[in-house]
Amino acid sequence: MYDMKALYEAESVEHAIQLRLEHPEAQIIAGGSDVLVQMREGKRAGKELISIYMIDAMRGVSIDEEENIRIGSLTSFSHITHDPIIQKYINVLGEAVDQVGSPQIRNIGTIGGNTCNGVTSADSASTLHAWEAIVELTGKNGVRRLPIKDFYIKAGTVDIRVDEGEIQTAILIPKSSYENTFGHYIKYGMRNAMEIASLGCSVNVRLSEDKQTIDRCRIAYGVAGPVPMRCPSAEAVANGVMPTEAMIEEFSLAALKDINPRDSWRASKAFRQHIAVEMAKRALVESIHRAGGEIK
Amino acid sequence: MSQYKVVHCNINGKDVERVVDVRASLTDMLRNEYHLTSVKKGCEVGECGACNVLINGEAFNSCIYLAVWAEGKTILTLEGLEGPNGELSDIQQAFIDETAIQCGFCTPGFIMTAAEILNAGKLYSDAELRKLLSGHLCRCTGYENIFRAVKKTMYKRLGKEIDFV
Repeated sequence: MYDMKALYEAESVEHAIQLRLEHPEAQIIAGGSDVLVQMREGKRAGKELISIYMIDAMRGVSIDEEENIRIGSLTSFSHITHDPIIQKYINVLGEAVDQVGSPQIRNIGTIGGNTCNGVTSADSASTLHAWEAIVELTGKNGVRRLPIKDFYIKAGTVDIRVDEGEIQTAILIPKSSYENTFGHYIKYGMRNAMEIASLGCSVNVRLSEDKQTIDRCRIAYGVAGPVPMRCPSAEAVANGVMPTEAMIEEFSLAALKDINPRDSWRASKAFRQHIAVEMAKRALVESIHRAGGEIK
Repeated sequence: MSQYKVVHCNINGKDVERVVDVRASLTDMLRNEYHLTSVKKGCEVGECGACNVLINGEAFNSCIYLAVWAEGKTILTLEGLEGPNGELSDIQQAFIDETAIQCGFCTPGFIMTAAEILNAGKLYSDAELRKLLSGHLCRCTGYENIFRAVKKTMYKRLGKEIDFV
């Protein structure tokens, strides 16, 4: 038995919004692999829960009328990994979420929960930042969309307006972001399963038509600061440039100007900075290869 | 104030319903209401896999799954793998043949993940198989035999020659 005060089960998005307005103190529960564990630990004990898990309309991946990739917030990690749209356009996201926890956790864990808990180490977060995902929130005043970098306010806090009854309903990847773009994610952990990243790095590139120059390069880290972050200094080095070994070296070192990792029991700041450089390098090289380019 | 709900689902091939406390986990419901004691209470935080069951064919740690979410779902536990006269399924027999059991506590969970793997009907590489089995802890550390039992059954079901002794 879980130590919960009450459970409100939402049957639709509208019902969830109504429940949220009626019970502003209640915690939203999607897959529950964070919320229930915290409840068991005592951190969230005695709280009211609003379960949105049964809202099937919030599951699945599709291409919407604006040609965005639309990922319903309740889509599980394993369904993202196995989805043909994800595999075709943003395979790196499927690979990133395939490194969360264990197979069973990937069947219950949702991309909405992974982002709404505002944790910097979330395996989906660095890739969603690197692909400039849009977060869709639905509340009593309708739909609000915002870039994922604005969604994360600080560690553990995201921009969801409880007083407007908002819940996250989808994550969108715009066509301008995924078209002809190839990426790679590297998670550094101490073991292969049931592990939280010591550092995560996601890079993607779009090459010019002749595949000689990098048209656009984007890089983002998780656990390199209180929230996932992009690295504009590193991106500036790679954008519009022919990929060479010297450039890749410069790119990886430039990432250090943007990141601000901390010392924790999982890894020291110095170690995180050290692996950040190597991960940037490897992820960029792999992204270029996946895009069909060569390093001169 | 207690809160209860009727939960209808299909467990091991039978349509069933029970009134459950909304605070119950699926582990609580399966053990206490249906006496399916293959569903073990291990860590109860989704790390060890001892409570693993198949829900609509996918493996879930039932300890971090609310009982009320079982509404309308098809659930398979280890008890559901047996034949009508208690005959063991191929994967259960393989665990015996490969001595993939020591204390036995992790076994039902492992076998249910194996059931999901085998139902996919794919030939996985060793690395893929290890990753697919990584959601379970065996504190007797009998992983190698468990791996062999699953691999052997996978090859057998696909009618392929086994490439290891």
